[in-house]
Amino acid sequence: MDAFGLDGLDELVRALIADGHRVIGPRRRDDAIVLDDVTGVADLPSGWGVEVAPGRYRLHRRGDDALFRHSAGPQSWKRFVHPPRRKLWETTDVGFAAAPDDERRLAFLGVRGCDLAALGVLGRVLGARSRPFIVAVDCTEPGGLCFCASTGTGPSVGPGYDLALTERLDDTGHWFLADAGSEDGERILAAVTRRPATADEVAGALRDVTAAAGRMGRQMPALDLRQLLHDSRQAQHWNDVAERCLTCGNCTMVCPTCFCTTTEDVTDLTGDHAERWEHWASCFEVDFSYLHGGSVRTSAASRYRQWLSHKLGTWHDQFGESGCVGCGRCIAWCPVGIDITAEVAALAAERSGDDVDV
Amino acid sequence: MTPPTLAVWKFTSCDGCQLTLLDCEDELLTLAGAVRIARFTEASSAISPGPYDVSLVEGSITTPEEAERIREVRAQSRVLVVIGACATAGGIQALRNFADVEEFRSLVYASPQHIGTLATSTPISAHVAVDYELRGCPIDRRQLLEVLSAFLVGRKPDLPDASVCTECKRRGLTCVMVADGTPCLGPVTHAGCGALCPAYRRGCFGCFGPVQDPNIAALTAQLRACGLSEEAIDRAFRTFTHFRQETAT
Repeated sequence: MDAFGLDGLDELVRALIADGHRVIGPRRRDDAIVLDDVTGVADLPSGWGVEVAPGRYRLHRRGDDALFRHSAGPQSWKRFVHPPRRKLWETTDVGFAAAPDDERRLAFLGVRGCDLAALGVLGRVLGARSRPFIVAVDCTEPGGLCFCASTGTGPSVGPGYDLALTERLDDTGHWFLADAGSEDGERILAAVTRRPATADEVAGALRDVTAAAGRMGRQMPALDLRQLLHDSRQAQHWNDVAERCLTCGNCTMVCPTCFCTTTEDVTDLTGDHAERWEHWASCFEVDFSYLHGGSVRTSAASRYRQWLSHKLGTWHDQFGESGCVGCGRCIAWCPVGIDITAEVAALAAERSGDDVDV
Repeated sequence: MTPPTLAVWKFTSCDGCQLTLLDCEDELLTLAGAVRIARFTEASSAISPGPYDVSLVEGSITTPEEAERIREVRAQSRVLVVIGACATAGGIQALRNFADVEEFRSLVYASPQHIGTLATSTPISAHVAVDYELRGCPIDRRQLLEVLSAFLVGRKPDLPDASVCTECKRRGLTCVMVADGTPCLGPVTHAGCGALCPAYRRGCFGCFGPVQDPNIAALTAQLRACGLSEEAIDRAFRTFTHFRQETAT
C-alpha cells in the first residue's frame, strides 16, 4: 500500500484527466454534496459534513478539512452510467440512426463501499457498458441512516475498484492510504508522488474502517428478506405505509440501483423528424403499471409493496442478489421519512404475530 | 393538403396561457406553416369561421354566458385542448367557491346589479368533453408544442401523470424540502413544468394541480413540520387548483 497527501490527490485527478477521463466527484452545491465534474482537490467539499435523518439532510462545517466524510447525498453514480434521460435513436433521410454514446471514459472519485456495490448491481442488470475508472473510498464515518454493514456492502470497499483510498486525518496531517485494484489503477497511481505506507499506518486505517461498522445509524434486520417479502404479500402493514407514502417516487429516483425506464417518442412540428428518448421511470407512478385499459397498481399500498418486494425479494430471483446496498438515500430523501429498515422490521413483526410498532 | 385549422378561445382567465403560443418564438414560424391559425385574437383580429380541427381553450366558466359559449366552441372543434389552471381546475378565481359571491359582488362593484356571475368558477371539463388537458399557471411551452406536434402526426401526446419530484430528481436538483426545510407541494403535484420552481431553490406552488390520488394528509403533516401554519397550508393547497376541494381527506 502507498500513501500520499493532498498534493498527491490533486496529481491523481490531473493524471486521470490527462489520461482522457471525465472525472466526476463530490462537490458542494444547492445545500448538498452533489456529484459533478471535478478538475482538482480545490473542487472537493473540504470540511463539509452531513447530518441526516429520515426526510432530512443538512450540511454542516466540520472541525477538520475532510473531503469524503458525507453520506447519502441526493444523487448517486447511477445518473452517469444510466442517465436520467437519453436519446435512443432518431430518424434520418434514409431510416433510423442510433444515438451515439458519449465516448469519453468516466472516472468516479470518492465511491464508497455501498455505492461501489450498487454499481456492481446496476452493471449486472444493465449488462456490459463501458466501465468507469473507480477511485473508491473506505468509509470511516457512517451517517445516521447508513446500514451497509448489515447488507454486506461496506464500510470497507469491496472488489471492483481501480484504486481504493482511505482518508486519514491525524497528527501527521491530511493524507490518503492507496491501494491499486487493477492494472489501470497501478498505471494511474504511478503518476502520483507517493511513498510506501508503514505497517502501522495500514493497521490504523483498517482499525478505523472496522470500527465504523459498529457505528451505523440503521440496520437491516438479519432475516431471509426474500422469504419475508414473499410471506408478506397480504400484510396489513402495507396499508400503514400507504397512509404515510406520498407515492412521489423520490425513493426510486435516489436509489443507486433502481433502473426502470420508459420511453417517449418525440416528433417535431413538421412531422419530418422523430426521436425516441428513454428516461427514468418509477414504480410509484400510476402510468408505470398502465396496461391497456388502465393501471393495475393504483393504490399507494400496492405501489410501495411492488417497490420493496422487488428491491429486497424478487431481485434475488431475477438477478441472484439483493437490490439494496444500505446507502440510506431512500430514507433521507423521502420527503416524509419512510424508513426501509423500519418497514422491514414491521413486516417481520407482523409475520411473527408481534405487535407492530413503527 | 390543406393544413389543419387552429382556434384559440378565452374564457375567464388572464391570457397568460394563450400567450405561451406567442412565446414559442423559435417554433412559431414552423407552427404557422403546419397549421392555419384561424382564430387567435391575441395575435390577429382576422377570424376565419369554424369548424376548427383543434381548439385551445383558456379560462374557466364563471358566467351563464360562458357556460353557453363553451358548448358552441365544443360543437365547432374536432379536438379540444384545455390549457392552464383556470381551464383545467377553475383557476385562482375558484377561490370564490369557498366564499360568498354575493358578498364579493356587493363589496367590490359600485353597481352590483350589472354583474352577471355564477357562484362558482368551474373547469371546462365540468361543462363539455375535453380531449387533452395541459396543466399549469401558466402552461409549459414544451407541453403545448408536444400536444400540437402529436396532433399533427396523429399520435398520443406524452403528458405523464407523475409527481414533480420525478422531474426534479431526473434534472439532478436537490430536494428543497429535505435539504432546506422549504415547504414544497412537488410530491403531490402533477409533473409537466420540469420542476421549474425547485430549480430556483423554491418550493413547488402546485400550479399544475394534483396527481391522481394525492396523499394530501401525509404532505400536510410534513408541511406542518416545515413550520407552516394551518392557514398557510390551506392557502398553499387552495391557491391555484384548490386541491382540498377535489381531494378532501
